[in-house]
Amino acid sequence: MSEKAVMQQQAAPKLRKDMTKWEWTLREMKVNKVGYFMVAPYYIVFMLFTIVPVFVSLFLSLTQFNMLEAPVFVGVDNYIRLLLDDDTFLLAVENTLVFATMTGPVSYLLSLMFAWFINELTPKIRAVVTLIFYAPSISGQVYLIWQTLFSSDQYGWVNGTLMKLGIINGPILWFQDTDYIMTLVIVVALWTSLGTSFLSFIAGFQVVDKSLYEAGSVDGVKNRWQELWYITLPVMKNQMMFGAIMAITQSFGFGAIVTALCGFPSVDYCAHTIMHHLDDYGGQRWEVGYASAIATILFAVMIGSNLLVNKLLSKVGK
Amino acid sequence: MMMKLPKIKRRSFNRSVGGDVGINVMLFVFGAFMFLPMVYAISQSLKPLDELWMFPPRFFVINPTFKNFGELFRLMSESWVPFSRYIFNTALVSVGGTFGHLFLASMAAYAMTKIKFPGRKGMFQLVYYSLMFNSTVTSLSNFIIMSAFGWIDTYFSLIIPAFGYTLGFYLMRQFIETTVPDSVLESARLDGAKELTIYWKIVMPMVKPAWLTLIVYSFQGLWNSGTSIYIYSEQLKTFNYAIQQILAGGITRSGAAAASTVIMMIVPVTVFVITQSNIIETMASSGMKD
Repeated sequence: MSEKAVMQQQAAPKLRKDMTKWEWTLREMKVNKVGYFMVAPYYIVFMLFTIVPVFVSLFLSLTQFNMLEAPVFVGVDNYIRLLLDDDTFLLAVENTLVFATMTGPVSYLLSLMFAWFINELTPKIRAVVTLIFYAPSISGQVYLIWQTLFSSDQYGWVNGTLMKLGIINGPILWFQDTDYIMTLVIVVALWTSLGTSFLSFIAGFQVVDKSLYEAGSVDGVKNRWQELWYITLPVMKNQMMFGAIMAITQSFGFGAIVTALCGFPSVDYCAHTIMHHLDDYGGQRWEVGYASAIATILFAVMIGSNLLVNKLLSKVGK
Repeated sequence: MMMKLPKIKRRSFNRSVGGDVGINVMLFVFGAFMFLPMVYAISQSLKPLDELWMFPPRFFVINPTFKNFGELFRLMSESWVPFSRYIFNTALVSVGGTFGHLFLASMAAYAMTKIKFPGRKGMFQLVYYSLMFNSTVTSLSNFIIMSAFGWIDTYFSLIIPAFGYTLGFYLMRQFIETTVPDSVLESARLDGAKELTIYWKIVMPMVKPAWLTLIVYSFQGLWNSGTSIYIYSEQLKTFNYAIQQILAGGITRSGAAAASTVIMMIVPVTVFVITQSNIIETMASSGMKD
């Protein structure tokens, strides 16, 4: 190496290729430290109330704890009791899975389908129809209107109408009859389910580059199905991933609707879900360790199904 | 010389008449399924008591009256804790929680996308994964964390966690990443602008649709939150909770109950109508890039 080259190297600031990875990272951290200060306020709150609780409940699930005395470590006893001794829990798992598979994928497909249909409308009509489909998901407890519609006496509109038409003789106790509860609750849950993923799809369809359709038509795309499959959906893949997460997470959050419509516990526990079981032991009996085990299992189920679907969707178009 | 191309209407591409009819029929049928229960809720709220308990029941009101709303306000004025207190609580919690969330989340979202500090990708991954579970899982542990802070039965237990709301941060981050060009920020930095100034003076005005979306989402969540396990003092409870208590009063209050459903529904729907185009614009960048 010539003397001149050595001189140059000393004068110039050190380059990335001359540093170890660690040195580089450290330097970057120092240069950009304002970034940490700006992220910190949000991130601390987020960690504290979203991430830390997951670990707290994982820890507590291995203990016996009633909020008054110190927790006692019991190993996996809570899990064993849940899986082997608690028939209601197994029923809850079954109901939750039925509920989630009926609401999650169906709500996802309905969101996608109606967003697609709505996209064909003119902008003004589109805004109105979007509102009609989206409104039930943001209107708080308006789903209670279904209880009025399906009221168990003859003054409920459904019973009254069916009786007037002579189809039934006496009122049906819709939300107390084990034949109807699950179906009705799923219908109501679907009614309120066109939420964030639906809006995300509406937006996704709007931002597809229109010239792609013209090009596609030249390339032999013949009808709207081919257009959807070959042009629109591949462009919207990112939206579809996000929508899937929203739909799946939502499908495990309908416990409140069930409680509001059928009461708690529901007749013969026939609409009892893991969410209710958790509320029962956590909020009412204060068996915090046991409830934490339920929460941890629910957490695993949610994350598991999300990751699985994510993986499946990422294969689309590859 | 170039040939003049005939102007083709976009709608004529790959669209069959049968398909158009089918789509409109589907939209109409399902639209009715979505819309009619809302109409019924409004219709119920306008029915006088004798129509609410009429056989056979009618879907639409015959003699509309606002008596139910009057009755609801009368019941409100009779409540043990003055009703204005519940409204004040809801306003305080909604406004405090929403604005805290908006500022903290957008500042963090800006820093995480546009300042290249090490570790930002991992931090974002964690937020992304946290979209995959909901608060059912964390509420019991949160109760324990809140009691450790001594926040049980205070406004803090409702307001502070709202700051850390995940979906709002996620949407803001995606929106900043796709809409704010780096070149603008670079030239501001060359002029010696501080990062906080850039965030406040340059980025925030550019992402108006996103912060409207954050406000709407956060507000809807806080408005619709009724009973909270963290609050037991009557004086700290919210409007939604108080309304539910009135509804629990049984048959004689069915008119007021119907009226209250409509009131609870009108507020979020109106907010959405006003902000719809901004929310849709924000959602356009919501996709997850891999």
